[in-house]
Amino acid sequence: MTATSNILVVGIGGQGVMTATEILAEAAIALGHDAKKTEVAGMAQRGGVVSSHLRFGPRVLSPQIAPGEADVLLAFEAAEGLRWQHMLRPGAIALVNNSRFVPPVVELGLFDYPDDPVGQMKAVGTHVVAFDATTIALDLGDIRLGNTVMLGAIADHLPFPADSLLACVLKRFEKKGARMVDLNQKAFAAGRAAVGAVEAVTA
Amino acid sequence: MAAVMPAPAASRHLMSGNEAVARAVWEAGVKVAAAYPGTPSTEMLEVISTYPDIYAEWSVNEKVSLEVAIGAAYAGSRAFCCMKHVGMNVASDALMTLTLTGVVGGLVIAIADDVGLSSSQNEQDSRYWGRFAHVPVFEPADSQEAYEMTLAAFELSEQFQVPVILRMTTRINHVKALVTVGERLVRVGPGFKKDPARYVMVPGNAGKRIPLMFKRDGELRALAEQSPLNLIEPGSDRRVGFVTSGPAYMHVKEAFPNAPVLKLGFSWPVPFDKCRELAALVDQVVIVEEVEPLVETELKAQGLKVLGKEIMPLQGELAPAVIKPIIARLLGENVPDSMSPAVAAQVFPRPPTMCVACPHLGVYYTLSQVRNLNISGDIGCYTLGAGHPWQAMDTCVSMGASMGIALGMDKGRGEADKDKRIVAVIGDSTFLHMGMQGLLDMVYNKANVTVLLLDNRAVGMTGGQDNPGNGRDIYGEEAPRIDFVNLVKALGVKEERVHKVNPYELPVLFKTIREEVKVPDVSVIITDQPCVLIKDYHKLKPYEVLDDKCTGCGNCLDVGCPAIHVTRRGKEVKASGREVELAFVRIESSVCTGCGLCVQPCAPDAIQHYAPVSPIKLVKSGEVLA
Repeated sequence: MTATSNILVVGIGGQGVMTATEILAEAAIALGHDAKKTEVAGMAQRGGVVSSHLRFGPRVLSPQIAPGEADVLLAFEAAEGLRWQHMLRPGAIALVNNSRFVPPVVELGLFDYPDDPVGQMKAVGTHVVAFDATTIALDLGDIRLGNTVMLGAIADHLPFPADSLLACVLKRFEKKGARMVDLNQKAFAAGRAAVGAVEAVTA
Repeated sequence: MAAVMPAPAASRHLMSGNEAVARAVWEAGVKVAAAYPGTPSTEMLEVISTYPDIYAEWSVNEKVSLEVAIGAAYAGSRAFCCMKHVGMNVASDALMTLTLTGVVGGLVIAIADDVGLSSSQNEQDSRYWGRFAHVPVFEPADSQEAYEMTLAAFELSEQFQVPVILRMTTRINHVKALVTVGERLVRVGPGFKKDPARYVMVPGNAGKRIPLMFKRDGELRALAEQSPLNLIEPGSDRRVGFVTSGPAYMHVKEAFPNAPVLKLGFSWPVPFDKCRELAALVDQVVIVEEVEPLVETELKAQGLKVLGKEIMPLQGELAPAVIKPIIARLLGENVPDSMSPAVAAQVFPRPPTMCVACPHLGVYYTLSQVRNLNISGDIGCYTLGAGHPWQAMDTCVSMGASMGIALGMDKGRGEADKDKRIVAVIGDSTFLHMGMQGLLDMVYNKANVTVLLLDNRAVGMTGGQDNPGNGRDIYGEEAPRIDFVNLVKALGVKEERVHKVNPYELPVLFKTIREEVKVPDVSVIITDQPCVLIKDYHKLKPYEVLDDKCTGCGNCLDVGCPAIHVTRRGKEVKASGREVELAFVRIESSVCTGCGLCVQPCAPDAIQHYAPVSPIKLVKSGEVLA
């Protein structure tokens, strides 16, 4: 990676994209980096597109990641991964939750949801690791754990140790009791394992 | 929000520009802070309200918020108000005379420009208020600067007895970056000292203040020339030098780390000599500013040879990826491929949607079923009613405009519209902000308009802030609650023309709208169910679709609830020979909150309460009850 790391986190308003990016930023800062996090989120609460940019390094100037310069794309939804793949630099990795969130404009028949968004990404040469974070979260008992599953997924694709990120995740849940800490620890591990398993197959 | 223990001095935090300003407002010893919510400014006051020893309020509109701040500043206390760019249009009447009286306690106005229109009806450049009102403008380039410049703005405000504008943009307000915070200043104001020649702006008094304002302009310009906020970084590549401000400075530094740059932090009045100093260093000067050519125009008027909007975009956000190819072309360099924007995949749009079970769904479904309407709309979540599937809003201009525009559509109707019914749709907070006057005007001028006043007890679009309609203040504490029925009656709407309707009862709403649009008078139909995102909303038992009963008619999809999903599509040829599209659906029961809107248009009664598979069965006299 270059001196400044560029992490792009994308999804839909209400999925926890901005919180996930903030935790990533906290982890970078805890390790002594300068960091800037930005998104346009005015109407995102209403199920719109959210893209959250995190840049960190010795000193960060512009908060925006330029197209073709993201080091990692973390997508909370399949079609959103496809929407933002052009932001990746050549050879960079996309970690994609392949569960689908179909908007009303598609249900009304005005637009089509792509048949195979992950396949489309791979077809243009993007290095994609797809996994089902939603099902992993539901299996652990709560769909809201999806956010931590996603953070687990990116943990081995950062220029710092996964445990630094895990510590920042768990800090958020300390006040909510031992059970929440335990569940999030499991969700983080499950996200890491899911990406690791896909990579082991494709390696 | 309850007061929290503020973070200790000298500690470093990841803060948005809004949070950084809020912290600085508290540290500056501000006594009064007021605002009306508006993206991207909202969080400033929300955060201020969590600090101790400072009075914060949601005002009914931006003009009132500025007037509250003016009163506190006249009384000698430090005061703050903030707003989005369009809010300053509303508050400007007060600003244009405030500049004559000046202030005693420091007064800072933070204006958040939504450059790129993430959540606004237009794009404006608020720096012009500095020129128009002859007040200084500061432009931070990140959170740390937003914090420092807020503190500096209070000092300058008191030094010159002038309000100071802090011009921010979405990329400052909402970007989180590291900020080192400080101590709170304990400040005791002198109290209000009567001085009619200064505070009573009748012509005789105001005329004497105008020369003082122009004198101050000159002094401020001289100060801007010397200010450490206006800094030349000499650089080493002298082919192009940049004059820039706000977030654009960061983009320029990122794109051209070796270029000479004049960073304007104290950007109005423009320090001409500083600009000449930069021009002397370089072959050519390029002005990089969001949005309008304000500095550029000023410098050209001074006879400086500079480039600006001839090559830079007049609309939207700048970024390194925008600036780099422009400068490469200017220098006659090839634009390498890596600078051309990568091609994005074609993916369906994902516009913002109304929430599952939103009470507005009932309103727009009903409006979409009534024919022959021209619908004058307003600003809030309910502006989404202009979109699919309802397409039940025909205009949206400014806060409260639905009222006046409806009246004008009524009075100005042409032959083609003579049978059209005119409807205005406005939310509770927008109505209190600037709609009441328009309704009064309609009554006074005998309009033929039906008003739908959507009272969801919150400023929904900006995150559910409190307002006089919901009986809570910014701290979540009980406050006097306005009664909309009495309010509209007091504005002159006849008692028999005022109706309060539950928007989830579609037949009642439909009947009420259809009857009222036929009456040639001003009617007001108030819907009274809360926003689903606030604590007043109570979830009910969710629904599901019985697959074997669904006929694919698609009526439920016309409600527009995002919990309804199509499972399969088909075609059917009717007896008449007409082919109709079928859409069989399911309800995402995990997010359904049981509002029952979709149940009402469902022809085959296929939507029933969700019955989760349960191992427990109640058995009584041999019958399975559950």
